[in-house]
Amino acid sequence: MQQLSYFELVGFGPNGWGWALLTAAAMTIAVAICGFLTGSVVGTLVAWGKIGGNLVIRSLADGYTTVLRGIPDLLVIYLFYFGGSAALGAIGSLFGADGFIGVPAFVTGALAIGIISGAYQAEVFRGAYQVVSRGEIEAARSVGMHRWLMFRRIIAPQVLRYAIPGLGNTWQLVLKESALISVTGLVELLRQSHIAAGSTRRPFDFYLTAAVLYLLITWVSTYLFQRAETHSMRGMRRAS
Amino acid sequence: MDFAFMRDSFLTLIGGVPLTLNLAFMAVGLGAVLAMLLALMRMSGLKVLDWPAQAYVFVFRGTPLLVQIFLIYYGLGQFRPTLQEWGLWTFFREPYWCAVFALTLNTAAYASEIIRGGLQSVPHNQVEAARACGMSGFLLFRRIVFPIAVRQALPAYGSEIILMVKATSLASIITMMEVTGLAAKLISQSFRAVEVFVVAGLIYLVLNFIITRIIMAIEWWLSPHLRRPPAVEPRLEAAHV
Repeated sequence: MQQLSYFELVGFGPNGWGWALLTAAAMTIAVAICGFLTGSVVGTLVAWGKIGGNLVIRSLADGYTTVLRGIPDLLVIYLFYFGGSAALGAIGSLFGADGFIGVPAFVTGALAIGIISGAYQAEVFRGAYQVVSRGEIEAARSVGMHRWLMFRRIIAPQVLRYAIPGLGNTWQLVLKESALISVTGLVELLRQSHIAAGSTRRPFDFYLTAAVLYLLITWVSTYLFQRAETHSMRGMRRAS
Repeated sequence: MDFAFMRDSFLTLIGGVPLTLNLAFMAVGLGAVLAMLLALMRMSGLKVLDWPAQAYVFVFRGTPLLVQIFLIYYGLGQFRPTLQEWGLWTFFREPYWCAVFALTLNTAAYASEIIRGGLQSVPHNQVEAARACGMSGFLLFRRIVFPIAVRQALPAYGSEIILMVKATSLASIITMMEVTGLAAKLISQSFRAVEVFVVAGLIYLVLNFIITRIIMAIEWWLSPHLRRPPAVEPRLEAAHV
């Protein structure tokens, strides 16, 4: 058999892996977005606990962010991957089902990423909340807004504005973490490249393509976050 | 929670700590040299040197570390005959050296930006004062710019070292048996994810705690000018004794 050229290999022809790689890249983006949004929910709750909680809640929230930022992400993914199926198996055995129950790799991945990035996003949100001036909150209270309305109308929009640069950094982390989900067998970009490399014996070509696709995704998302930042700051006066 | 099992897994996992620290310190040490070089390239003001360094940082910060590890460990196998010819195959055949190489290249990209920030934060009047004393070139860099830059960059460099300790866990995917590798093996043998996770997580937390303390101590040692001067004990006059 004749050696395929690089562009035949990663192209869209009959022997090409182009579509498989693009689908896998879409999977990477999907799992990263789901993980990021899960992390936003977790991060908001944890930041709330850090700002407004009592001593117990605050130390729990502090412990969570310290632990999750201090241990390797891969370890957390292993915990969810193995621990998730074990927990489901235990619940299943209560209802009479026995044997191994697997958790879908996508759910494991998105949850693990969400829990990890939640710790980072909590710090981003807390930092952004501290920038919102006290006067705004006092003014909202003085016109009679109760907590939820004040959160929705006054706090959330401003926190989001100041949080965009930090969220951009977290998104980049999440994107790179999503490559670790390949250990659970989810066919995302790195996993697909691994499969393709194994079946064609051209590992360098495929990992290089994966690297280029990752670079493309990072580059585009950097641009989008920059756009979001300028858009959110459009009414603000700038220092200097 | 099964505490006897946790003690056993602690004894197993602690055996991976030397390799974890070895990988981290090799990468940070070698990476610092490369990072210094990259930072100087970026600050040289020459486009021929600046652009390659900028491209390097963009590529290594924009792609996942695991992809870089796979590209080096599996990917270079595609060029095995050429590498054998050059005598480099003995190096790239070993997962240990591949892991060190990938971690070094990765940390150099992040660290070069930290060092560049440190070098740029050196106040210009310090340089002017040094020039007024007749220093220039390497002497000026060694005596004035570099020490101030190191002091400025140290906190950020500390978090980069912590990130590297965490990143060594990826070496377990290319068969290195450091703490995470041993933990994954234990979990797949015993199916007790939570216990093993708690023990392995504690080991990493303790390691990172010790490293942050060491960095804080170095920071304290490097900034005597920010400390309060020690209280001077009034000396007793001989006549009053």
